[in-house]
Amino acid sequence: MTDYRAPIKDAMFALRHIGQLDDLLATELYSHVDAETVATVLEEQGRFMQEVFAPLNASGDREGLKWSPEGVKTPEGFPAAYQKFVDAGWQGLGAHTDFGGAGFPEAVAAMANEFDIAANGALSMCPGLTTGAIECLQAWGTEEQKEVYLPKLVTGEWTGTMNLTEPQAGSDVGLSTTKAVKQDDGTYLVTGTKIFISFGDHDMAENIIHLVLARLPEAPAGTKGISLFIVPKFLVNDDGSLGARNNVKCVSIEHKMGIHASPTCVLSYGDETGAIGYLVGEENQGMRAMFTMMNSARILVGIQGVALGDAAYQKALAYSQERLQGRKIGGDSKEPAPIIEHPDVRRMLLFMKSNIEAMRALIAYNASALDLERALEGDEAQRWGEIAELLTPVTKAWCTDVGVEVTSTAVQIFGGMGYIEESGVAQHFRDMRIAPIYEGTNGIQAMDLVGRKLGIRMGAVVGDFIAGIRSLDSDLAAAGDGFESIRANLADAVSSLDETTQWVMTNGLADPLQALAGATNYLRLFGTVTGGWLLARQALAAKGEIDAGSDDVAYLGAKITTARFYAEQCLPLAHGIAQTARAGAGALYEVDATTLESV
Amino acid sequence: MNVVVCVKQIPDPADPGALDPNTKTLKRDGKLILDESDSYGVEMALQLVDAAGSGEVTLVSMAPNGEVSGLRTALAMGAAKAVLVSDDALAGSDALGTSKVLAKAIARAGEADLILTATESSDGYTGTVPEQIAELLQLPSVTFAKEIAVDGSTLKVQRQTEAGYDEVECPLPAVVSVTAGVVEPRYPSFKGIMAAKSKPVDQVTIADLGIDAASVGWAGAGQEIVEIAQAEAREAGTIIEDDGEAFAQVVKFLDDLKVV
Ligand SMILES: Cc1cc2nc3c(=O)[nH]c(=O)nc-3n(C[C@H](O)[C@H](O)[C@H](O)COP(=O)(O)OP(=O)(O)OC[C@H]3O[C@@H](n4cnc5c(N)ncnc54)[C@H](O)[C@@H]3O)c2cc1C
Repeated sequence: MTDYRAPIKDAMFALRHIGQLDDLLATELYSHVDAETVATVLEEQGRFMQEVFAPLNASGDREGLKWSPEGVKTPEGFPAAYQKFVDAGWQGLGAHTDFGGAGFPEAVAAMANEFDIAANGALSMCPGLTTGAIECLQAWGTEEQKEVYLPKLVTGEWTGTMNLTEPQAGSDVGLSTTKAVKQDDGTYLVTGTKIFISFGDHDMAENIIHLVLARLPEAPAGTKGISLFIVPKFLVNDDGSLGARNNVKCVSIEHKMGIHASPTCVLSYGDETGAIGYLVGEENQGMRAMFTMMNSARILVGIQGVALGDAAYQKALAYSQERLQGRKIGGDSKEPAPIIEHPDVRRMLLFMKSNIEAMRALIAYNASALDLERALEGDEAQRWGEIAELLTPVTKAWCTDVGVEVTSTAVQIFGGMGYIEESGVAQHFRDMRIAPIYEGTNGIQAMDLVGRKLGIRMGAVVGDFIAGIRSLDSDLAAAGDGFESIRANLADAVSSLDETTQWVMTNGLADPLQALAGATNYLRLFGTVTGGWLLARQALAAKGEIDAGSDDVAYLGAKITTARFYAEQCLPLAHGIAQTARAGAGALYEVDATTLESV
Repeated sequence: MNVVVCVKQIPDPADPGALDPNTKTLKRDGKLILDESDSYGVEMALQLVDAAGSGEVTLVSMAPNGEVSGLRTALAMGAAKAVLVSDDALAGSDALGTSKVLAKAIARAGEADLILTATESSDGYTGTVPEQIAELLQLPSVTFAKEIAVDGSTLKVQRQTEAGYDEVECPLPAVVSVTAGVVEPRYPSFKGIMAAKSKPVDQVTIADLGIDAASVGWAGAGQEIVEIAQAEAREAGTIIEDDGEAFAQVVKFLDDLKVV
């Protein structure tokens, strides 16, 4: 089986040309970071993940987790690997410097996160959730809460969780019923059951800091009545040492299609004495607190698409060079050829490669927009913030949907072996399948894009974004030879996006059902065109480097070809997807539950 | 206690390497990384300095084009500083030429109580450099160390052999080659990487070391690679179906190999 190798060169390329690395490092906020250090950090983090996380990926999947009343036992080797992760200090890469973080841009952390997810999709969820907890407390914690929890979360000695879901409250968090009652000492007693809580219990760290959404007794209904609480597994004494075990228990774990080594827990709060919780932010403002970390949490799930996609691609590419079947078309040899010689296999490989590079670039761009929002001031900050808002649902949903297709394509390249677990690609496909579901289903992301994001500044933000895509045309025209099909197909595709955006905004105002009926297809269209734009920009950048005399012509030339493939084989679909996005709700409601029955 | 570790920077073994058909040597014009065999020496040195409670680890390396990537990795692990010898005249150096350069560079690195090397590099495998350095520096040479302890001015080494290990003692300073895999090299921590940026790397040429160009490189090499040949393709293995008696065949197989 092929060992995963972190794509450091392409990550640096994406950061420099799309992730606005130079602009980021020129800001005061990131003045302590330089490009050479970014490259070194990615190299060392990538090597660490290759050597420490990746070897446990298949074994963790096979062995899975063991639940007992005492808690969840992770697979062989996980606690030791996690301890090395803590020792190396990787958890703190993107965290603020005040509490021991390195304060690197989110765009850089995003590239590093790709490597840990690709190396081990299940194990890497633990640090991912800790990052969410860190961001939440950085933004909303009191000074005291920050001092108690952040230093240990930033080192990774303690890990974090996000507790939203309940049996009757999934996409609709407003339906949650977990209760919190204020005590005389200012703490709250939390009671209720949360389900599907990732890394809700495990044996890799000495404490787990649960962030829990719960409702006060007199709270308004729906999301307006939800508050956020810190509920530590072990209470923390005044001197920072660990005190009593809090009354939160993992009562069971789920048996899943994938991410077998990531515990998905049912957590029971306070079924004996009540679990002690501490309010984060204001009462009834829990959703606001959640929203602050939503952008980066959603980008992180989007990264699962590129990460697992690339892990699967690397295996498929190696297999396509080893597996001998059929003769090479037009060749004179009577010997069977490696399957990579067949056009359909090449199509699959290029489909994977081009979409992986498009996803990586979208993630770099989206994360850098978040960074620039933080690093700049006034109008500029606001502009980048708006772009981040617009793109985040696209990054989450488009990258995870494409990630499923890419991992599925890898299975296809392996033929029958792909369906056999030994090959390892089946695992990536299974692990990938959750990402379109959690952190807000892709259906919910599409509604967010259409219902909220298109309307930002009366449509001016999306308008400017589309105009920005169009404005690449002159550069593509000037690039000449080899760029013709990129230019023509991008121009057609962006027109489809533009027209459809107008249609959605006009019809959405008049009748939301019409717009929402096509929301998922609209998001797909948006992602497809944005991916083509970012690949075209990378192709131009690659040409620029070649013209400037770079000696890495093989890599750079392949970037141009990859963009061309995407322009010729993925972008033309935009036109058809646009039709589906504008189809409206008509047929959807001409049937009812009975007429939909197949028997 | 001050320890000098000789580290080689080599082409990444994970990338397909290539031999230069003219010189019959490995192409090393791309980016180089720390030879894994040397990471054990670095780890051992860091542990010894830790145990001694004082002193530091200094790296010594010879590499083309002022390459420092591999040195940065070892500095990020915790070494304090490095001496890097980089000079076009060094291209084509054989093992003895390399040893001459490293011996001079070690002297430049300052007072050392102990000099560690790997037993052999992963891209050259001559396995003679450590002993040559010891000879040139007129120091005791101990090879294949699996454990090293310091007792006053005496060095105690467990020296790996085919059958087990020898216990060897010698006075310090000494040159000791460390067997690969005997310690677990630490990963550079994030803080270590940041700190490594500002650690000093003393970049020198052979002139700085007072070495005559005629005694090193192609000019000084007494050893020559006369021919390179394709490795033989590996033959397909034999698959034994276990019908309950497979162990007998396994034993016979091992017996034929004369390993049991
Ligand atoms: C492995 C795993 C790990 C998880 N980890 C966590 C975690 O750490 N913390 C946590 O809090 N939760 C976690 N979850 C829960 C996850 O976030 C939810 O499953 C997800 O939000 C969807 O909720 P649901 O399962 O109730 O589906 P539902 O909300 O019931 O949705 C079912 C279907 O209906 C669609 N739908 C629902 N409402 C609408 C609507 N208004 N408009 C259009 N379509 C709609 C959905 O898109 C979906 O297709 C995890 C889940 C899994 C499986």
